[in-house]
Amino acid sequence: MGTLLETQNVCKYFGGLKAVENVDMKVEKGDIFGIIGPNGAGKTTFFNICSGFYAPTHGKIIFNNNDISGVSPDKIARLGMARTFQNIQLFKYMSVLDNVKTGFHIKTESTMTDAILHTNRYKKDKEYVNEKSIEVLKKVGLSKYAETKAGNLAYGIQRKVEIARALALDPTIILLDEPAAGMNPNETDSLREFIKQLNEDGYTIVVIEHDMKFVMRSCNQILVLSFGQKICEGTPEIVKADEQVHQAYFGKGIIAGKGLQ
Amino acid sequence: MKHFIDTIKSTYGKYKVIVWIICSLLLLIFPALIPSNYVMGVVCRILFYATLAGSLNVINGYSGQMCIGHAGFFCIGAYIEAILATQYHINFWVLLLVGGIITAIIGGLIALPTLRMQGIYLSIITLGFSEVVRLIALNWTSVTGGAMGVKGIKSPTLLGFTLSSPKQYYYIFLVIGIVFIFVTNRIINSRTGSAWISIREDELAARSLGIEIKKYKILNFMYGAFWAGVMGAAYAPYTRYIDSTYFSLDEGFNILSMVIIGGQGTLIGPILGAAVVNSLTELLRSFSEWRMVAYAVLIIAMMWLRPQGLVGASDSVLAGDKMKKKKIKVLAKEEK
Repeated sequence: MGTLLETQNVCKYFGGLKAVENVDMKVEKGDIFGIIGPNGAGKTTFFNICSGFYAPTHGKIIFNNNDISGVSPDKIARLGMARTFQNIQLFKYMSVLDNVKTGFHIKTESTMTDAILHTNRYKKDKEYVNEKSIEVLKKVGLSKYAETKAGNLAYGIQRKVEIARALALDPTIILLDEPAAGMNPNETDSLREFIKQLNEDGYTIVVIEHDMKFVMRSCNQILVLSFGQKICEGTPEIVKADEQVHQAYFGKGIIAGKGLQ
Repeated sequence: MKHFIDTIKSTYGKYKVIVWIICSLLLLIFPALIPSNYVMGVVCRILFYATLAGSLNVINGYSGQMCIGHAGFFCIGAYIEAILATQYHINFWVLLLVGGIITAIIGGLIALPTLRMQGIYLSIITLGFSEVVRLIALNWTSVTGGAMGVKGIKSPTLLGFTLSSPKQYYYIFLVIGIVFIFVTNRIINSRTGSAWISIREDELAARSLGIEIKKYKILNFMYGAFWAGVMGAAYAPYTRYIDSTYFSLDEGFNILSMVIIGGQGTLIGPILGAAVVNSLTELLRSFSEWRMVAYAVLIIAMMWLRPQGLVGASDSVLAGDKMKKKKIKVLAKEEK
C-alpha cells in the first residue's frame, strides 16, 4: 500500500497565532483516516493547508510523491485530491445535476473556440459529462434529486451532493470536513455506511469529525489535534487509551475517559 | 404571472420555427416599415446599446465581477477605429476586429492586477481605469486630437455601397448583435461558461473543483472587453466625430444601468434593458436633467425589489436573498 498523503512539520501562523504547528501525518493508500480535536484545534486550517487553500508557513506536504506545499487548489485538485467544506459550499441555485456537471471541469478540455464552432471535442465533452454525471448520481443514490435545486434539499442530502460533486473529479483521496455535522443519528449512520462504501470502491478518505462514535467506528487511523499541535496518532484503541487526548477533551478532571467509549 | 409565462413558453415551443421566421423577417424589413430617421436613430441606439450592455453583462452577470468602468473599453475601441481609419485609411471591417482585439488585450492587462480584488475594490479600479482612459484621450493631443476630438471619420463601405444613414447602420448593429448573442450563447453553455457561472455562484467551491479562477476571470474580462471594443469601433464612424466627453463616467453608468434594469446573467436581459432605458431617454427628453433622477430612482427601485433585473437570472446568487424571502412567503401561504 504506501503513503498517499504525508505532511512533514507543517506550520501555519496567522500573525502571532500559531493555528497549526509541526504536524506530521501519514495517510496510507486505502485508509479511512480521521482527524479529531476540540473546537479551535486547527483541524479545518490543517485541511485548508493540505488542499492548497492556505500555503503552509513552514513544512512540506507530499501527495502521491509530489511536493504540493503552497501549490494552488486547482492544481492539487488536478492531481487527484477532492474536498468538501464544513459549511456546505454547493452551488445552491443550480440543480443537483448541474452541480455534479461542474465537477467534471478538470476531466474535460474543450476551449472557447471549440464551444463557438461546436467542434468534435466539444461534443465529445458534452456527451462524456452528461453520461458520467448521471452515473455519479446513480452511484451516490441521488438520481431522484437530479433536477432539484441543490439549496432546497435537506441538509444531509446536501452533504451527499457535495460528496458526489467531489467524486466527479475522479480523485484518489477525498477530504471530508465534518460530514456528519448537523445530522441526526440515522443520517449519521447512513453516512457512515456511505463512506465505508466509498472506501471499498477504492477512495482513500480523510475525515474531520466531532462525532466520536462515528470516528471510532469507521476510521482505521486517527490524528488528534489540540491547540494546533498533534497530541496523538494511531488506531482508535490507541487514541482511546491516550492520556493526553483525555486531557484535551475533558481537562485533568475526574470524569476523564468516559466520553470516548 | 407564472401561468402567463408558462403559456407563452408552451406556445413558443409549439410554433418555434414560425416564431423565428416571423421575428427574423420583421427584423429584416423593419427599416422599411419605419420612415422616420429619428425613430430609426433611436432603434439604432437600442441595438447598439443592447450589444454593449451585453458585453458588460458577460463580466457582471456571468462571472459576478463588478465592472463599472465599461466606458473605458468602449472608448479604446472607438479611438482605435477613429485614428486608424482617418490617418491610415484601414478598412472599417478590419478595424472592428482590430479594435476588439486590442481592447481585449488591454482588458486582460487590467484584469491581471485586479485578480486579488473582489467586489467593490474591483469596481473602484475599473472606475479609475475608465477615467484614466478618458483623460488620456483628452490630453494626448498629438494622437487623439485632445479636446478637439477626431473629426471626419469615414462611413463604412460594403461591396461599393457607403453605409451612412441610420437605416443602413441598423443592419450593421443588427448583424454585430446577432453574432454577439450567437457566440456568447455558445460560450455560456460550454465548459468555459459553466466555469464563469461557478465562480459567480461560489468561488470557494469552484476552486476546490480545480477551476482555474485566475485564468477564467481574465478570460471573462477579455471577452467582455473585446465586444466593448468592437462596439466602440462600430460607434465611431456612426457619429463621424468622437471626443473624450462621449466616454465619461456617465456613459459607464448608463451602460451599467441597462444591465441592472434589464437583467444580469441572461442574454435577453441587457437587450430589454437597452430598450427600456433608451426609450425612457427619448420619452423624458423634454425634462432634460430630470431624466437622470428618473434613472436613479429606477436603479434604486430595481436593486431593492429585483436585484437580478427585470428578466435576470432568478436562479442565481444575483437574485440572492430576495428570492429566498419570497419563497418563504409562498411556503407560509401554502401551509396556511
